[in-house]
Amino acid sequence: MSAQTDPADLPGVTKEQRPSPGSSRLPGQRGGQERTDGTGSGGDGGGEGKVLNVFSHGVLVIWGLLVTMPLLWAVLNSFKDDGEIFGSPWGLPSALHFDNWSRAWDKASMGQYFLNSLIVVGGSLIGTMLLGAMAAYVLARFDFPGNRFLYFLFVGGMGFPVILALVPLFFVMKNMALLDSYHGLILVYIAYSLPFTVFFLSGFFRTLPTSVAEAALIDGASHTRTFFQVMLPMAKPGLISVGIFNFLGQWNQYLLPTVLNVGEPDKKVLTQGLVALAVSQGYKGDWSGLFAGLTIAMLPVLAAYIVFQRQVVAGLTAGALK
Amino acid sequence: MKHGKYRFIAGFLVLPLAIYAIFVISPFVQAIYYSFTDWTGLSPDMKVVGFDNYARLFQDDVFWSAVGNSVTLLLLLPVVTLSLGLFFAFMLNVGGRRRKKAVIGGVRGSGTYKILYFFPQVLSVPIVALLFQFAYNPESGALNAFFKAIGLDNVQPDWLGDPQIALWCVMAAMVWANVGFYVVLFSAGMSSIPKDFYEAALLDGANRFNTFFRITLPLLWDTVQTGWIYMGILALDVSAFAFVQIMSVGPGGPDYSTEVLPLYVYQKTFRDGQAGYATAIGVSLLIVTLVFSAVVMRLGRRERLEF
Repeated sequence: MSAQTDPADLPGVTKEQRPSPGSSRLPGQRGGQERTDGTGSGGDGGGEGKVLNVFSHGVLVIWGLLVTMPLLWAVLNSFKDDGEIFGSPWGLPSALHFDNWSRAWDKASMGQYFLNSLIVVGGSLIGTMLLGAMAAYVLARFDFPGNRFLYFLFVGGMGFPVILALVPLFFVMKNMALLDSYHGLILVYIAYSLPFTVFFLSGFFRTLPTSVAEAALIDGASHTRTFFQVMLPMAKPGLISVGIFNFLGQWNQYLLPTVLNVGEPDKKVLTQGLVALAVSQGYKGDWSGLFAGLTIAMLPVLAAYIVFQRQVVAGLTAGALK
Repeated sequence: MKHGKYRFIAGFLVLPLAIYAIFVISPFVQAIYYSFTDWTGLSPDMKVVGFDNYARLFQDDVFWSAVGNSVTLLLLLPVVTLSLGLFFAFMLNVGGRRRKKAVIGGVRGSGTYKILYFFPQVLSVPIVALLFQFAYNPESGALNAFFKAIGLDNVQPDWLGDPQIALWCVMAAMVWANVGFYVVLFSAGMSSIPKDFYEAALLDGANRFNTFFRITLPLLWDTVQTGWIYMGILALDVSAFAFVQIMSVGPGGPDYSTEVLPLYVYQKTFRDGQAGYATAIGVSLLIVTLVFSAVVMRLGRRERLEF
């Protein structure tokens, strides 16, 4: 399901198309049972008013502005000094105060937090993909007693409220001396990413042809070698999809570090660091530094998304549509 | 060969299973046990108190306002988010009809809209929450400045500081953050609906209203249902916690007006040192989640359409 080739952005939409009154209304949820047989608004393409066309285009444009304005506003504010932020919240900065950025990067440790996030997410992404693929492969392609049980044990984890596990998890980590450490956080990220990863990849491995794996085995490859040299390369599209999903989830993770990673200020990940920055700068009144920190956290992800836009969208929807 | 196979299976499963069992399964099982104890979370001493924690829930006003707010989010957030997502996705994929070659297609510029709408989805919850917190700021925020600029000097709400509207302000941020994902998700679903269906409907003279309710929505129903459950769990769990914790004024908003269940679990454990009671709240949250999923599955059950 990676049907993302969407021709909709081509020009050539003719002028006379008008949305009917119905389509510009928000759909009710039990819409399937609606029995209004187009009374009054019948499918007379040309006869429906221009007003409605303008209306639905207007709604699309307004939502587009609603999405982009706050982001632009934050970037603009990151270049202003505090006086301007309060004096003219919507105005352009009079001069570009790059010192906000360097203050946020150095003094407010945004650079350190960024690095922490890179280390933790790098480690846990590799771990999640490797362990998830191994478990999914075995569960999808081998018959053994307890297979179904283990599969549902993994997949069941998708539906539980994480907050319920947090309290005991905190003490499990404490007893194992894993709190406030990169590797502790990495292990937890892996554990909480496994349910979806196993669910998605075992579905994917099931669709791969058996004959290739059999051929490899007949040629004398061990099971392990077959997995790493034959099956894993074949599963690359699935791995990319689930990798993007996990990257976004782990990079944006906030709940787990908030509880498990509070001892040492220097070990904070980006999301945590940003909130800490908001609290401390709020007291100090350094709003421009705060906006700079926010922008530092925001721009790289947005830039990466714009570059890899197609892959991100295809990856996420492939996961959710299964 | 057979021996080798089992050794291989065990070798591949042992590590993932161990990590999963230690960090996910065992905490869940422990949580249920702790909910029957008077554990503070600070010392290892505890004694089993039976259903005392659960009985105490009934007298706890903050718990009930948290339940109320969580259920409000649970009911409204998916409706608003999914409706907007469906409407936008329909406009961007089917709404602009009758172009030269294709039978159906989106309105002009739909590709750009899809990219823009997805922006909030790649930002982390703290970024979104902080952005909105700044925008809501009564003195320096963008919203009140905007009201001033268009001459509404008298309309200067406290936003997050006003118990009447604080929860709605948080909810608006959550809708803002999530609509884009559903636009993209539903777009993908709509692009896999065969074009002939629309062609036939157009020949029969169907308008967009009918096309949407008779073709698009029924064929998209599975996706909508998945999205509904996913959104409901977001509203109850991680997302709600992060938004409320970061945006709220004080603990859980003015007068507990934005207190939600996951935040209350967190506060009872790490602020008040009542881990046993907190896990009982957590279990009630689990029950709400399970009931919600069961209800959605049941309501959503309809004949599966193959195409």
